Amino acid sequence: MQIKILRSETNTHQSYTLPAGEIPLLNALSYIKETQDATLTFSAGCRASVCGTCAVRVNGREELACAYKVKPGDIIEPLQYHPVLRDLKVDKHRAKETLLKSTAWLHTSQEASLTHRDEKLSERQTDCILCDSCYSACPVYAVNPDFLGPFALTRAYRYTTDKRESNAKNIIDNVQSNGVWDCILCGECTAVCPKSIDPKMDITMLRGLSVQEGYQDPSFTTQSFGTPDFGGGGFGFDPNAGF
Amino acid sequence: MIDVLIIGSGGAGLTAALAAKHAGASVAVAGKAYPTNSQTSMAQGGMNAALGNVGEDDIDSHIADTVKSAKGLCDEAMVRYMCENAPGTIAWLERLGVPFSRLDNGKSGTQTIAQRQMGGASAKRACYAQDYTGLKILHTLYDTCLKEEIDFLDEHYLLNLVTNEGTVKGATFLDIRTGEVKQISARSVIIATGGYGALYHGFTTNAYGSTGDGVAAVLRAGGAVSDMEFIQFHPTALKHSSILVSESARGEGGYLVNEKGERFVDELKPRDEVARAIFSQIQEGQRVFLDVRHLGEEKLMELLPQEVELCKLHEHVDPAKELIPIQPVAHYTMGGIEVDQALEVQGIKGCFAVGECSNVKVHGANRLGGNSLLEITAFGKLAGEHAYQYALDASSQPVDDTQQQKDAEAIEALYTQKAGVNFYPYREKLGNLFYNKVGIVRDNAHLHDALNEVSAMQEMQKEMGISDKSRSNNQNLIDFLEFQNALILAPMIITSAIARDESRGAHYKVGFEQEDEALKKHTVIQWKKETTCK
Repeated sequence: MQIKILRSETNTHQSYTLPAGEIPLLNALSYIKETQDATLTFSAGCRASVCGTCAVRVNGREELACAYKVKPGDIIEPLQYHPVLRDLKVDKHRAKETLLKSTAWLHTSQEASLTHRDEKLSERQTDCILCDSCYSACPVYAVNPDFLGPFALTRAYRYTTDKRESNAKNIIDNVQSNGVWDCILCGECTAVCPKSIDPKMDITMLRGLSVQEGYQDPSFTTQSFGTPDFGGGGFGFDPNAGF
Repeated sequence: MIDVLIIGSGGAGLTAALAAKHAGASVAVAGKAYPTNSQTSMAQGGMNAALGNVGEDDIDSHIADTVKSAKGLCDEAMVRYMCENAPGTIAWLERLGVPFSRLDNGKSGTQTIAQRQMGGASAKRACYAQDYTGLKILHTLYDTCLKEEIDFLDEHYLLNLVTNEGTVKGATFLDIRTGEVKQISARSVIIATGGYGALYHGFTTNAYGSTGDGVAAVLRAGGAVSDMEFIQFHPTALKHSSILVSESARGEGGYLVNEKGERFVDELKPRDEVARAIFSQIQEGQRVFLDVRHLGEEKLMELLPQEVELCKLHEHVDPAKELIPIQPVAHYTMGGIEVDQALEVQGIKGCFAVGECSNVKVHGANRLGGNSLLEITAFGKLAGEHAYQYALDASSQPVDDTQQQKDAEAIEALYTQKAGVNFYPYREKLGNLFYNKVGIVRDNAHLHDALNEVSAMQEMQKEMGISDKSRSNNQNLIDFLEFQNALILAPMIITSAIARDESRGAHYKVGFEQEDEALKKHTVIQWKKETTCK
């Protein structure tokens, strides 16, 4: 079977031939590197969908290379909105910046009486492997490179729900600018998450917590209510979406 | 000059960084990938601490179980230190916000943390977070490192330690992005680079990166390594992909069965015994399976969600309805850098080692499940504190750039050298060779064969090189440097195994099936004089 991989040096899709049979994409990439073309560059780690290293785009959709089974004609490209270092390898340092800005950690720790139900409240969110798939799928980055992004906000939400945090307002304060209100709730992040996390819902929850802390949607006051307003997106959705 | 340079950004490195920073040190963490990419993310089952949250348990039982499994090769003082510090380490992780699985017992703090049984443990002792324990501890440590403004040097591949008269002065790195060889000076260095299980390429649960780079660097710099022959085989890896199915699957009540549907071993025995029992079934021509069907879908999704997904993906079986085909593969390297009780490397002053790369002698001949996450956090803290203590009195006299020049030349030579032989098939060959001849059951004839084959490969290495000549982001180069390290460690493992004419823990040798009291000692290897491996 043949697959095509976007090469950064030539900015073209290069075809590679693989033996027939169902294998994970990561095995296919390794096979190419080991037997055909040592210059093909990609990142990989655990092979078991838990280290978050090998996310790429397959036919325009984010996938973990170790968990995606290759099909004939697949087109493999690097993640979007990340500087491409070489071929499928991208710079993921923005992850650290957004996590730092959103201050996604326990600020003031207190002893709490946690239950099985409390564990469930953040179980999904703490499954995050920082693979950057959601970030790559997020259309907000096309217009706002400073957006905190899905995984940083999911992580911020995870800590605000933690009963061991006695000062969750700190975190809420730090996700207002380029944060919860800049999301357009399109759900692309949720659709591509390999760990079935729902950042869209987490962001919605953070909006609720923000309102409880006295914040409101900053575009709310400039929003026009008299006529349809297709430019603002102030209510958190794009009325043109889907057309 | 920074106080403490930490090499390796997994659980041990991050814990050491937090401890050193907390003590007042200036710290930098250099790793070949990003912090959350490390092997620690793959630890599933749990982390031991005698909290007694589910049934009776006490620290002495934890010590006794660990000592028993170590088969006479542990340092009991270090085991005691680790086990005594376990509840405090859990409490520390609890304060950082690790999302442990919980009990509904109306209590508070660490008393609500759920615990499960692991092989070789006399109580439900492993604290866990579903089957993502390592991932969730690692990410919480990372979040805390961001909070504490720890400096990270990502994608820095360790080349060599920089030493002067047996004292560490820093290390050299290949900046993978730029291709530049850098020297970073430090008053003290902590090596936390992980184990060497990836040497069993294709037959290991480990990530590609667990290539023992730090262990090899210590050897080159004149330090000692020990007990390299003790390699743990995990009983249950998925048959076709070698991906781990956590021991907690058995801890929660999973059975091991052969093709005839017969159970053939007590699933909760230590890993070495279970792995051998499976291996002998396989030798008899039986296929072996893990059966968790009786646990039911709901419980499986609750306790082992990751396993369910991986089985479906890699073996096309639904564990709720079908048997899981398994085989034992290399999982953990008990041996490594020889350190003293302060975690200082034997032969290199000011250099400390912690985690799977080091041999602090708490696992001895066989590690208990749940003790590795404990080791990296309990001793990571100790390493950070000791390295800073050392740094306080260490000279800040800068060293010259001799090592950097030498390493830059070596890398340059790889670019100009013709790569006549592709090394990738040899990496695979080495993995096969090790699984078959330096594996679960060993004998001297095969070990000698393996040694000869490794020698031939070392000879062949001169013809090998990189065919990708890019100066930046050259993964072909990194793969080759890792393979070179594997070829340094391979003969260490084999010769140690040859020297040990007995069976003890994970090291089992045909013709020498019993423990030999005279061999109740450590195998220590040190190169007499620093040589380069070219």
